[in-house]
Parts: sequence; C-alpha cells; structure tokens
Amino acid sequence: MADNIPFKGTQEQEQKLLEVIAQNKDLPGALLPVLHEAQEIYGYLPIEVQQMVADGLGISLSEVYGVATFYSRFSLTPKGKHKISVCLGTACYVKGSDKILAEVEKKLGIKSGECTPDGLFSIDSCRCVGACGLAPVMMIDEEVYGKLTPENVGAILDKYIAEEGGNK
Amino acid sequence: METVHLKINNIPVEVPKGYTILQAAKEAGIEIPTLCYLKDINCIGACRVCMVEAKNRRGLLAACVYPAEEGLEVFTNTPAVIKSRKTTLELLLSTHNKKCLSCVRNQNCELQKLAAEYGVDEDRFQTEDPIYEIDDLSPYIVRDNNKCINCMRCVAACKNVQSISVIGAIRRGFAAHVGSAFDKSLNDAPCVGCGQCVVSCPVGALTEKSQEAKVWEAIADPNKKVLFFTAPSIKATLGEAFGMPIGTNVEGKMAAAIKRLGENVKAFNMDFTADLTIIEEANELVERIKTGGTLPMFTSCCPGWVKFVEHYYPEFIPNLSTCKSPQAMFGAVLKGYYCEKNGIDPKDVFVVSVIPCTAKKFEATRPQLRSNPEFDDVDVALTTRELARMIKRAGLDFAALPDEDFDAPFNKATGGGVIFGATGGVLEAALRTAARILDGNFEKIDFEEVRGPEVVREATYQVAGVTVKVAVTSGLGNARAILEKIKKGEADYNMVEIMACPGGCINGGGQPTRSDSVSNYVDFKALRSKALYDQDKTSEFRVCDDSPIIKMIYDEYFEAPGKEKAHHYLHTSYTARSKNYQ
Repeated sequence: MADNIPFKGTQEQEQKLLEVIAQNKDLPGALLPVLHEAQEIYGYLPIEVQQMVADGLGISLSEVYGVATFYSRFSLTPKGKHKISVCLGTACYVKGSDKILAEVEKKLGIKSGECTPDGLFSIDSCRCVGACGLAPVMMIDEEVYGKLTPENVGAILDKYIAEEGGNK
Repeated sequence: METVHLKINNIPVEVPKGYTILQAAKEAGIEIPTLCYLKDINCIGACRVCMVEAKNRRGLLAACVYPAEEGLEVFTNTPAVIKSRKTTLELLLSTHNKKCLSCVRNQNCELQKLAAEYGVDEDRFQTEDPIYEIDDLSPYIVRDNNKCINCMRCVAACKNVQSISVIGAIRRGFAAHVGSAFDKSLNDAPCVGCGQCVVSCPVGALTEKSQEAKVWEAIADPNKKVLFFTAPSIKATLGEAFGMPIGTNVEGKMAAAIKRLGENVKAFNMDFTADLTIIEEANELVERIKTGGTLPMFTSCCPGWVKFVEHYYPEFIPNLSTCKSPQAMFGAVLKGYYCEKNGIDPKDVFVVSVIPCTAKKFEATRPQLRSNPEFDDVDVALTTRELARMIKRAGLDFAALPDEDFDAPFNKATGGGVIFGATGGVLEAALRTAARILDGNFEKIDFEEVRGPEVVREATYQVAGVTVKVAVTSGLGNARAILEKIKKGEADYNMVEIMACPGGCINGGGQPTRSDSVSNYVDFKALRSKALYDQDKTSEFRVCDDSPIIKMIYDEYFEAPGKEKAHHYLHTSYTARSKNYQ
C-alpha cells in the first residue's frame, strides 16, 4: 500500500507528533485523538507514522492499524497536490458517476484512495457536494465540475496535467 | 460468598454473584452453544450464538456476557432462540469457505458441529465470497482467512494472554478480517510462533505449517533411517486425538505406533534429552552463582519464550541459559554421537521430533543450532496433531495397540525429564540436580512450591550455605510482568523458569485441538499435568543424574558438563531481533 511513494516526514513533524503523544499518553482511549492529530500533521498515516504512534503509546502496531483501517476518515495513502473527489451520492450515482470514477482511475492509472507516484493527483470518492443539479459531479481541489460524461472527463484532467508540464 | 438465585429452563440454580448466564446454565446442566467465547481469553459477546431469552427482558441476551441476576428466569431453547442462532450460523456460513471434506478441522470444528446441531441451510445467503490469500510464509503457522469467522479468539490469545498482539482486526463490514499490521505476512511480524492462536481457533482458519509429507517421503526412502523422538508432554495429550480421556498417559502406545509407521523408523524418548538439558543447565546455574555470572538465569528450552526475549527484551539475552533445548540436544546427539557410534553418515539420517509446539518448527531451523554447518540437526518438527494424523493415515487402531518400550539406547529417562512438559517442571528438575551438586547428601526431591496453578510461584531454598531464589511463570504476558519487575530491581531471583504457553507444554500450540466444551468447562491443563507428575512419582529414577543413559553418554562421549564436546553439541547462542515488522 502506497509502497510506491516514499515517506518524507520532517524533523518538525515528528517533534509535533511526539508532543501530541506525550499530551495524550496517559488518557484512556488515547489512540483515536492521537491518530487524528497524526493525520493532521502528516496528511495521512503511513506505516512510519503508525509505528511512532504505537511505540509512543506502548501498544502494538496491529492495534493501531486496526483502528486506522476501521474509520474511513483515516487515510493510509498520501493526498496528491491535486485532490480529485468524485461524488457517489445518490443523484450523481443515478446519473452514472461510477463510470466517471472508473474513467478517472483509468486515466491516472490509480484506484480510488490512491495517489499517483509523482504525488500530483489523488482520487477519492465522496457523498454529495451539494450540486445535485449538475450531477454527475466531481471536484478537483476547490473547483466543481458538473454534467460529466466518460467522454469529457479526459479533457478536464488533461488541463491539470498540462499545467504540471506532464503528459499522461 | 454472595450468591444469586435464578432459573434456567425452570431449573432453580444458586450461583456466585458475578457469574454469567452461560456459567449459571452449566450449573443447571445446560450447555449453551458458543463460538467467540473462550474461557479466560475472549469474552466479547460478539458472535451472537449464545443468545437466550429471559422473562421481562427485551430482546435476546448474550449468555456469555450477561450477568446472572437475582430472580432472572432464562430460557435457552425457545423458538425465538433457535431461530436466532440458526440465522446467525447461516450468516457466518455465507462467507465461510465450506470445503469441509479436505479441511484439517473436519469433524473437529465448532462451526461444523453447530451447523449440524441446528440443521442450517449453508447456502441460504448468497454472497460474493471475499477471497483471501493464504498466508503460509512463516515456518510455524498458516492462516486461511477464507475460513475465518472473525470470532477474535486468536487476537485475544495473542494480546490478552501473550501480550504480543501481532494480529488484530482489520477494516470493517464485509472487508473485516484478521491479520498482522499492514496486512503483512506473519513471517514479517515480530511473532514468537507459540501457536496459542492456533489452539484458540474454533475452525480451520489457523493451522500449523504441516510437514507430514516430508516425513512420509523419508519413511518411503529405503536409504534413510528415520529417527523419531517425542517430547515429554506428548504422552499426556496424544490420546485425546483418539478419543481417550484427557490426561491419559499413552507413552507405551505412542512408542508402538511410531515404530509401526515404517520399517526404517525408530522411536526414541526425548525425556532423555530433558535429563541431559538439566545436567548442563543445573551445572550452569551453580557455576553462575559461584562465579558471579549473570543472574537470574532464565530457562531456554521454550522456543516461544526465547524468541520473545530476542524480539522484545534483547537486553536479557545474557540471562538465557546457553543450554540448547531438549529438542535441539537430541538432534545434536543423533547426528553426532549416534551416527559416529553406529558408523552412519548423518546425511542418511532423518531426524523427526514430535513436539507440543509450533515455535519448535522455527527453532529447528535456527542456524546457530547446527552442530555441523552443512545441515540442520532436526529435519522436521511435528506437532502432536501431525503425529496423530500420521498414525490415523497409517491405519493404526491406536487404542488397541500394545504398550511397548521406546527403542534403545534412548529409551529410559527420569521423572525429572518427564515433568518438563508442565509449568514448573524444568525448574523442579534443575533444583533436584543443582541441590545435589551443592550438597551430595541433599534428599528433597519434591519441590511442590514451584508446582501448581498459581500464575507466579516463588520459593527460596538454602542448600549448603547457598541461597537459591527461584520463580516460575507461564504465558508471555506473565513473563513480561516478571521481566519488568527484574528490570526495576524489584526481584532478585537466581533462576526463573518461563514457558510461553499457559500451563507449559501440556497446553502448547501444537497440542490436540480441544472442543469448546473442554476449553470452557474442564481444567484440562491440570488433568494433562497430572499424567506427568503421576509418572514422575512412580519413576525408578527421579533425579536426572541417576539416569543410566545420562551416565553412559557422559562416559562415552561428553566427558563432563560444560566440557569442550558438551559445549559444542549442547550449548548455543541467541540473536537480538527487532520488535518491529520486517
């Protein structure tokens, strides 16, 4: 999982995490708030971060991993520079957003929840962005794109790829 | 003791306050079915098979966790209860790999048993089966999550009993499964291989890494001499695999059965190398006490415990006795002394140990145990379960076999070697010998202070002006507590015996699978231990030094404990390992 993206934690991030661990260490149920903070600090929870949490709280890595994979808000993979979010809410889904997601996945060569090896794009699905009139909808960063079809999705992505000077 | 009164199926019972409905029902002679419940290990009320109905209580109650209350009227077999249990079982079966015929737990599976009892339709709920890759990369344990029912008993055994927690629940919903962190193989985890997860599993999701095929292959090879030896505890448990009562000592039938596996097979008695271990270990202890060596000295015959120290407390490696385990000593004796004496090339010998343990499979491959760098001293380590399967496949009617002796020359042992199989046994045997080294006239043989079911037993003995302070525990959670005490300077023992499995080898991870009726209601550890202590009591020799074979092998080969040859063949070293995943 995310083996293709090396961990790039800084000294500063580690210092922050150790402080959070120290503050929570003796509280019952410390794992959940510590993981929340850890994700805030690093943006995601790779094995290196989970190991630090496990060592800091004196619990096993498998327990940390169990909690990190139980809650869908925790991410084990980093987010890209551009965060793509395809809506799978009811209205969008009825309008075929599953096919939009599949097209985005195909185009970028990664699955939902993953990040491209160059760190530029990550794909997630979400539940309703409040633009049901435009269904099916996806967001790239803060921009909303509506009335998507599997045919016009490629051009939107190409714009971002070109901006980054790449070719996919 | 405060008690409560309640009725189970109209039968009045009085039970201590704090009992669950499940325990109270047993007092009334009713066994409520369970799946996730495992006494002293896992009590989470998760599987919903133990549901019962009670008057004036809304919905059904989980009997394994619901307390027996004053005046409660419980019904365990109403139509609502039966329907609920049946549906639960059908849901469990909907994602269960139902290849029962070829499953190692066929006819010995808690889920299969309940499915038959409740007449379930195993195909009532059609789902898309999640497919899990089988993890068979470790040398000791195989996990097939396609058969797992997520009861969490293995997770609880690993965490609550052994304090290791290298497996846990991962993800949720249909994707929920049990595994190591980041879904890595158990082989990459800091697992000690004790196998308590395997003996906790109610189904066929966890098994030992089977090596029976390799043994059959060796037996079929006319150029090979296949030398079996059986660990002290096997005689006290093997009978269970053939329906004999728990605690039946089947030493004679076991020797007879092994000899009948093939013409080129010999059956030796590993209690002999338990004796040998004690000679070396007791001398090492006296040496350490007299010369100011590292104390306390820890026993080193349990491979799960040794690996635990290597992973989690490497700073204590100098405390581990350098003596090889009885399994490793026997391998060295057979490929060294035995081959030399009989003019056999060690490469024509195939050494098979039968041990109560999955961790011994790993031990057998430790490079530092090779007395010759070219090959392992022990070729295959079989669990009790694997030996039982081999005996069955050989078509032997185990119960009807005559009692026979082991093969010479390794056929006799002392009571000290026999009790190795129970917690406290190694220490007691070592004390018998060490006391005699210090004081030739020392008479005490029964060191009852170190026996028994208490979690930690401590004792202090005065022998010839020397104070010997000892402690015993089993289960790695308890071991961890003792290590922390020693670290903090709160304990000053001379010798500590630790076995990874609670109760010692008689409850090892390679022992016959127990039904839940046994695990939850029978003190099987006490019954199995009793078989060993009974044999010790009536043994011709009870102190390891008195064994004629021990005398012979030192006279002929090893000269004296700790001497050069003894050191080469009977002692070893350890490796500090990471507590992180690879």
